[in-house]
Amino acid sequence: MLENEDWDIEITAQNNILDLKLKDVWHYRDLLLLLVRRDFVSFYKQTILGPIWFFIQPAITILFYTLVFGNLAGIPVDGLPKPLFYLAGTIVWNYFAECLTKTSTVFRDNAALLGKVYFPRLIMPLSIVLSNLIRFGVQFLLFMILYVFYLFKGTVIVPNAFLLLLPVLIIMIAALGLGLGMIISAVTTKYRDLAFIVSFGVPLLMYTTTVIFPLSVAEARYPAYSWLVKFNPITAIIETFRYGFLGRGSFSWELIGYSFITTIIILLIGTIIFNRVEKTFVDTV
Amino acid sequence: MSTAIKVENLSKAYQLGDFGTGTISRDLERYWARMRGKEDPFLKIGETNDRTTKGESDVVWSLRDINFDIEQGDAVGIIGRNGAGKSTLLKILSRVTSPTTGSVKVKGRIASLLEVGTGFHPELTGKENIYLNGAILGMRKAEIKRKFDEIVDFSGVERYIDTPVKRYSSGMYVRLAFAVAAHLESEILIVDEVLAVGDAEFQKKCLGKMGDVSRGEGKTVLFVSHNLGAVQKLCNKGILLNNGQVTFNGSCKDAVYNYSQNGVKTDANFLDRITYSSDNLKITNILFNNSSINDIVLNSENNFSFEIKVELSLKTDMPLDIECRFLDRDLNRVAFFSPGHHDGVTVQNKGEISLSYKITFPHNLNKINMDMNLYFTHPDVEIYASCENALSIEYTGYGMASGHVFEYEKGVGMIFLPTDKSQ
Repeated sequence: MLENEDWDIEITAQNNILDLKLKDVWHYRDLLLLLVRRDFVSFYKQTILGPIWFFIQPAITILFYTLVFGNLAGIPVDGLPKPLFYLAGTIVWNYFAECLTKTSTVFRDNAALLGKVYFPRLIMPLSIVLSNLIRFGVQFLLFMILYVFYLFKGTVIVPNAFLLLLPVLIIMIAALGLGLGMIISAVTTKYRDLAFIVSFGVPLLMYTTTVIFPLSVAEARYPAYSWLVKFNPITAIIETFRYGFLGRGSFSWELIGYSFITTIIILLIGTIIFNRVEKTFVDTV
Repeated sequence: MSTAIKVENLSKAYQLGDFGTGTISRDLERYWARMRGKEDPFLKIGETNDRTTKGESDVVWSLRDINFDIEQGDAVGIIGRNGAGKSTLLKILSRVTSPTTGSVKVKGRIASLLEVGTGFHPELTGKENIYLNGAILGMRKAEIKRKFDEIVDFSGVERYIDTPVKRYSSGMYVRLAFAVAAHLESEILIVDEVLAVGDAEFQKKCLGKMGDVSRGEGKTVLFVSHNLGAVQKLCNKGILLNNGQVTFNGSCKDAVYNYSQNGVKTDANFLDRITYSSDNLKITNILFNNSSINDIVLNSENNFSFEIKVELSLKTDMPLDIECRFLDRDLNRVAFFSPGHHDGVTVQNKGEISLSYKITFPHNLNKINMDMNLYFTHPDVEIYASCENALSIEYTGYGMASGHVFEYEKGVGMIFLPTDKSQ
């Protein structure tokens, strides 16, 4: 008799590894937006400069890159204005790195909250990706200001149609950061070793992609090792971004295609692992 | 009435100890066993969760094969000692963690209040936190907006609503948090020890609100608390957990009674239950009606009276008296016996002594079940020793000419006033 009753919720030990409970996530969409707002607002609470801090960080970074890598080390930048070149790489890399590091500690950082109340766990990493998207947006604004500044100064910058790929690029960065982050977060709930690797590895990983040097330089100087740089799926994204907006750099459909497929695979693995862990991580975190 | 929650063979195992380098090899072993479709080798050796003894295995069953149904509209108190599995059960019900085996089926939305103020961000204002916390608990933004004034009003912190909550006193914090949770629209409400904080007035308000929720609005409420008074006020059903198993499932009153009796009912091991004793005296025996029972019936045949005999050995001469306190099943005090207060205290000589008393109840009480706590005292000066729940008494009640008997527990009071025939 009881078999015929329809239950709204069934709590069991197993769940479907590919079931993301997107219906649940949709119900909690307001929470997602409120969490993003929380991150954004609490970032500059009790500061005098407020949201301006979003600009100051990348501006100072660019200044140092220009001084150290551009002038001191003299790494060529495809003949582009150095600040513009570095900023293009930095904002893309920062978005990826922030998504990755924040997502990889999502269970640990929010253990108190997640251990007390149920909501779709996926909301948490999604909120990270979204709030970092806002930071990316702000930094992109800085990029555009600098861009227009150089246009008025008369620097030759030739944008092309590839800049229309920007939305795809953004989704790819977010998906990569999210996917890798979810894999790491799932593993680190019980064994924290990987968290150490992330904390010093991600800044180092930046040097294996084309943030501070163009791909052409890597190919010219270290032809045998340039595959390492291409192996990093972020490289294709940065190169495409620069090529679209600044008209210099290297673009190839193979490279961006490789990057795209890698992204999908990583996101898929991340989802499966995350789904396995989310149900019981409270007991082991 | 339909079933709102159905719990079937629910178990949850926890691993004790530290996770370190030793655990990964075991994880691989377990994973390998699962891959081959075999039973997890470490769950086989799991033990019941008795925290006081050192076990053989470091896997314990926090819950083991729990089965029960909860009807829609019931307010169920879940009671048990620390570590009995109450919180684990609520965590599973509120989907914070998942069971090791078994299943729970639920009809309707669940709102759980495992700890008020979960998800409050200290930097955000009260208002911002109402929205955030409401959303965490599963409310839509429009829903919160609709109820916003009501929530603020209930919390009573209107003046601080635009101040970051880190500036709140802990009481205000809890008020605001409970107010949000209390306005959730859900069919099932799970509450864990939220009343530990907040002042008396607010606690009363919370209890009242939860009472409304279960009785007025027909919601199902699951309530965990060590405050037995609150449990009894709020709940009509009770589930008693002990070492991860359901030891009692029935009316709330009986569950609380079972719990306060601690499972000891028939064996008269008073001496084990002496909760405190001074060095100067040793209780060697306690007898009721000259036998070692702990369960008597008072009726017109024994003239509603019984005898207590205690045997003690004293190290020094000391003034000594006994006190008997009689409690009803809600732990209210209903009667008091103290010969020392009545007649003055006698000094007893050191050595072996034996004291007997006869206690007689009035004949015109309504039917009542009582428990007796026995104390050895120097009245108003010192308590030498105490024995809780020394005796359980069933008073059969005043028999009227009509043959009807009123029962105290049905709310007619304790004393029945008979018709005065002398006029």
